[in-house]
Amino acid sequence: MNETILIGLAGVIAAATPVVFASIGETITERAGVINLSANGTILLTAMAGFAVAVNTGSLLLGFLTGALIGALVAAIVAFSSITLKQSQVAVGFVLALMCRDLAYFLGDPYNSVSGPFLTPTPIPLLKDIPVLGTLLFKQDILVYLSYLLIIGAALYMFKTRPGLILRGIGERPAAAFVRGANVNRLRYLYTILGGAMVGLAGPMYSLSYKAGWKGTISGLDGIGWIALAITIFGGWSPIKAAFGSYFFVFLQWLGLVLQSSLTNIPSQVLQVAPFPLMILALLLVNIGNAEWVERALAAMPDRLRHLISGLLRSLRSSPPASLGVPFENE
Amino acid sequence: MNKNSKSFELLFRGLAILLAVLFASLVLLLAKANPLEAFRYLIVGAFGTTGKILDVLVSWVPLALATAGLLFTFTAGLWNIGVEGQITLGAVFTTAALRLLMNSGLPPGLIIFLAILAGALGGALWASLVGVLKIYGGVNEIFGGLGLNFVSVAITIWLIFGPWKRPGTGSMSGTEPFPRELHLPVLGNSNLSVWSLVLAVLGIVLVYILLRNTYFGLRLRAVGKNSRAAFLLGVPTNRYAMLAFFLCGIFAGLAGAVQVTAVYYRLIPSISSGYGFLGLLVAMLVNFNAIWAALVAFFFAALNIGSIQLPLMMRLDSTLSGVIQGSLVLFVLLMDGVRRRITGKR
Repeated sequence: MNETILIGLAGVIAAATPVVFASIGETITERAGVINLSANGTILLTAMAGFAVAVNTGSLLLGFLTGALIGALVAAIVAFSSITLKQSQVAVGFVLALMCRDLAYFLGDPYNSVSGPFLTPTPIPLLKDIPVLGTLLFKQDILVYLSYLLIIGAALYMFKTRPGLILRGIGERPAAAFVRGANVNRLRYLYTILGGAMVGLAGPMYSLSYKAGWKGTISGLDGIGWIALAITIFGGWSPIKAAFGSYFFVFLQWLGLVLQSSLTNIPSQVLQVAPFPLMILALLLVNIGNAEWVERALAAMPDRLRHLISGLLRSLRSSPPASLGVPFENE
Repeated sequence: MNKNSKSFELLFRGLAILLAVLFASLVLLLAKANPLEAFRYLIVGAFGTTGKILDVLVSWVPLALATAGLLFTFTAGLWNIGVEGQITLGAVFTTAALRLLMNSGLPPGLIIFLAILAGALGGALWASLVGVLKIYGGVNEIFGGLGLNFVSVAITIWLIFGPWKRPGTGSMSGTEPFPRELHLPVLGNSNLSVWSLVLAVLGIVLVYILLRNTYFGLRLRAVGKNSRAAFLLGVPTNRYAMLAFFLCGIFAGLAGAVQVTAVYYRLIPSISSGYGFLGLLVAMLVNFNAIWAALVAFFFAALNIGSIQLPLMMRLDSTLSGVIQGSLVLFVLLMDGVRRRITGKR
C-alpha cells in the first residue's frame, strides 16, 4: 500500500481515539439507562483544564487525571439531578453542554495559544515492524494502545460478564434487576460517573496529544461531543460498533481533506461537515425499522419482498435500552 | 411556612439565583478578577446609556422570536435542538430573496417584506425536516436537529465562499452588504429597527394567546404531557408534533430574517449567533409562558450586551455571559428538584 495513504490512515486512528473514548463512555452510561447530553461541553472544558494543569505542573499525567475528574464531576451533576432529584436528564445535560463550553472559553482565555507539553508516539518494538499493520496500529501514542484495550475490554465486560449483564439489566428492565438484588440507582450513579470520566479523558487527548494546545474558539473541538453522542446511537449501544463508528466518521473527515486538493472550489469547512448528512442517513437506516408506517407498508407487500426488506431492516435496526432516560423508583 | 405555598416556590427560585451569582463570582475569582467590578461592568454595559439599552433590544428581538417558537415544541414535549439551523436557514432564504428581488424594480419595502416571509418559510422547511425524520424515520429530534445544524452551517459557508461570494474573493466576513434601501429602517442613530421590535412583540403576544387561550394550545399541551393518552382521546398526535415543528421553524426563520435585514445586512457564517441554544435555555426557565419568556429573554440579552465590556475593561472573555446564563438555568433546575423532594410533590 502507498506509504502516504498508510500514514494518513494511521492519523485517522490517532484522531479517532478521543472519539472512541467518548462514545464508549457514553455507551456505558446509556446502557445503564441514563442519557448524559453534556459531552460537548465536557470535552471542551477538560481539554482546556487538562492543558492548563499540564502547563502549570509540567505533568501530562496530572493533565489527564484532571480531565477524567472533571468529566466525572459533570456526570455526577447529571446523575444527582436525574436520579436523586428526578429532573429531566435532557434539560440538565443540555444546560451543562452549553455552560461547560462557555466556562472553557472564559477560564481558558489566559492559556490561549500558550505552548505546553504533549504526548509523543511510543512505537511498540517488534509489532511496529509488521508490514502495513505496524505503521497503522503500532507507531501510535500510549492512549491509542489504551483505546484498543478499552474497545475489547468494554465489549467483553458488557456482554460476557455477570456485572455486565447487570449493567444491561438496569438499563433495560430495572425492576427485574432490582428484584435480583441489584441496587439500580447506585449502579446508575456509578456507570454515569464512570462513563463521564471516559468522556472527560477525550478532552486532554486532544489538547495534550492529537491537537496539542488550547486555542479557544478556534480549537476545532466544538461539535466533537455531539458527534460522540450520535455515534453512540449509530453504534447501537455496542462498544465495538461505537468504535467502528468513530473510525468511520474521522475517516470521512480525512477523506474530505484529501479530496480538498482536487476539489479546490469547495471550502474545507464544507467538507468537514460532510459526515453529518451521512450520519443522519445512518440514523435513519437504523431507526426506520421502528417506525409505524414502515410496518404497515410492509404488511401490504407481497411475501417475498416483505421478507427481504424486513430482514434487511432488522439487521440494521438498533433499539435503545428500554428504560433509557426513565427514572427508577424501588417501591 | 406552608410548604406548598407559592412563596415557598419563590424562595427556591431566589436561592437558585443566589447560587448562580455565587458560582459566577467563584468563576471570576478563579480567573483572578474582582466579581463586583465585573458585575458592575455587566450592568453599566447593558443599561449605562440609552444607546446600550437599545442595543439590548436589538439582541432581544431574535432571542425573543426564537424562544417564542420554541414554546410550541416545548409544549408538545419535543426538544428542538435544531433551532439553530432553522434560524440559519431563515437567514439564508431571506438573503436569497433579497438577492433575487433587489434589481426587480419592486418597491424596497415590499422586497423586505417578501424576504422576511421567505425567511419564515426557510425556517419552517428546515424544522419540518426534523419533524419528518422524527415522525416518519424514527430519528430522535435531538440528533436529527443537531446534524441539520451542522449541515446548515456548511450550506452558509458554501454560499459565502461559492455562489454568493463577494466580488473578488470570498471571506469569512460574509456576503456583500445589501444597499441601504434594503435595510429595515432604524431608530435615530441607534441599531434598533422598530419594525423588528414590533415583529417580536407581536410574535410573543400571538404565542401567548395561542398556547393559553385556544383549543389548539390545550391539545398541544395534552400531546406534550402524555402523548399516548392524547392519541387515545382522539388528538392526531403526529400531526400536532409536525405542526409544533413547523410553527417553531416559522419563528426561528423570522429570527434569521431579522438578523439579515436589521442587524448584519448580509449573510455571515455564524448568522444564528447562538440565539437558538440560548432560546432553549430561556424556554426551560419559563414554564411555557410567553410573557415570562419575553422578560427572561430581555435579561439574557442584557447579559449578552453587558458582557461586551468585559474584554475592553477587564481583559476577560465575554463568554462570562454564557456561564451566568447556564448556571442560572442549572441551579433553577436543581433547586426545583430539591423543592419537589422536600414537599414530596412530583
